[in-house]
Amino acid sequence: MNSHHECVVVTGLGATTPLGGDVASTWDGLLAGRCGVRALETQWAQELPVKIAASLAQEPTEKIKPVQARRMDRCTQVAIVAAREAWADAGTPEIDPERLAVAVGSGFAGVLTVLSQEHIRRTDGYKRVSPLSVPMLMPNGPAAMVGLDLGARAGAHTTVSACASGAESLSLGLDIIRAGRADMVLVGGAEACIHPLVLSGFSQMRALSTRNDEPQRASRPFDKARDGFVLAEGAGAIVLERADHAQARGVRIYAALAGAGVTSDAHDVVQPHPQGAGAARAITAALRAAGLDRRDVTHVNAHATSTPAGDAPEAEAIRAAIGDHAVVTAPKGSLGHLLGAAGTVEAIATVLAIYHGVIPPTINLEELDERVRLDIATKPREATIQAAVNDSFGFGGHNVAVAFTAV
Amino acid sequence: MSQPATDAEIRQGLAEILEEIADVDPANATDDKSFTDDLEVDSLSMVEVVMAAQDRFGVEIPDEDVQQLKTVGDAVSYISKRQK
Repeated sequence: MNSHHECVVVTGLGATTPLGGDVASTWDGLLAGRCGVRALETQWAQELPVKIAASLAQEPTEKIKPVQARRMDRCTQVAIVAAREAWADAGTPEIDPERLAVAVGSGFAGVLTVLSQEHIRRTDGYKRVSPLSVPMLMPNGPAAMVGLDLGARAGAHTTVSACASGAESLSLGLDIIRAGRADMVLVGGAEACIHPLVLSGFSQMRALSTRNDEPQRASRPFDKARDGFVLAEGAGAIVLERADHAQARGVRIYAALAGAGVTSDAHDVVQPHPQGAGAARAITAALRAAGLDRRDVTHVNAHATSTPAGDAPEAEAIRAAIGDHAVVTAPKGSLGHLLGAAGTVEAIATVLAIYHGVIPPTINLEELDERVRLDIATKPREATIQAAVNDSFGFGGHNVAVAFTAV
Repeated sequence: MSQPATDAEIRQGLAEILEEIADVDPANATDDKSFTDDLEVDSLSMVEVVMAAQDRFGVEIPDEDVQQLKTVGDAVSYISKRQK
């Protein structure tokens, strides 16, 4: 087999999300149609137009020793929690460190450290600023700390493409293995930026839902009455491995990562192309890379953030690139928008849908937007899935689609 | 601080700081131990230890003096003198 078509498989999954502190509880929450969106009880939220968010179900400090946790931004903490679970799930492999790489993306990475340390500097002076502030705030912090934690020496990469960051890490991990630079790559996405500045910024863009009195109904992908996304925090991690390497270890294989497509809109910095042209090109590129025909794809895990501007063009892109036969789900109704972690956590849901043969529901979809002419699952849907696509898009016009196949 | 801390109090305070910041077993934080060689306190953690000690004991420890503080015992006697 040509090395460019080297089979790459998924052997480990890890996550911490608003639905649960691990993959099992997150998956159970998705299948049950639970919602992780809550009212923000803090004082600062009362002054903002948005008073809801999808905060973590379990604090990362419950799983990381205090002496380690205090050296990490919250974003790195969630990355570490997800990465450790994924690595254990892959069987804690014995591997030459020079054959193991990591790629962890984030939209904001250490923004909470930037803001808290600047607050300290302004109030108490520079002498009170932590000597750890730079390693904590740098955007490559999560990837660097995960690489350090696993002892990975084949490169620690950071994919930064806003809400496509986590998905782009899958594309990069696939390329690294196919280029022969590593036998295993732990890829992931992490985000933890529920802060008044971040909420204010998104709010000033009119990107967030203000359904403050009904938090559980606020994130409603593809619904006619959607009014914006709900900010979430969490992380996902996926162990990618060359198929023959996984077979030699005799481990469970969830699915194959068959291909990825990455495009950029060059249209507008935040508005999607009105017909989702860049998104459609990403899906088509992923199918071509995977050697799949559009009719092979029977499930799509959509990005659908619940914004008025984004969901309809994505639906058109899916119709254009795949058709209307695939069963579509949009997990952000349950999870909120995990930004840079969304692509990884939702890829995990896609992989588990293939592995378990069931598609989790899209919650809060009461009246379908008439521009969305797709088969959306609103109840768990049992299905034998041979090939599925997960797409992710980010501010900046980043489009990433990944194609998984059953093994 | 109304009463200067005794050497024993300083030693115990340093042990608590070292445990929180650098995961040092308090039983190990004895006067003869070198911060870097024995207790494996890295340079960034040492800056944090100094910041915490300044707060706790109400003393100023300038950077040029930090170089001289090789062991826990050095730090105890330095802080003890600076308090008075």
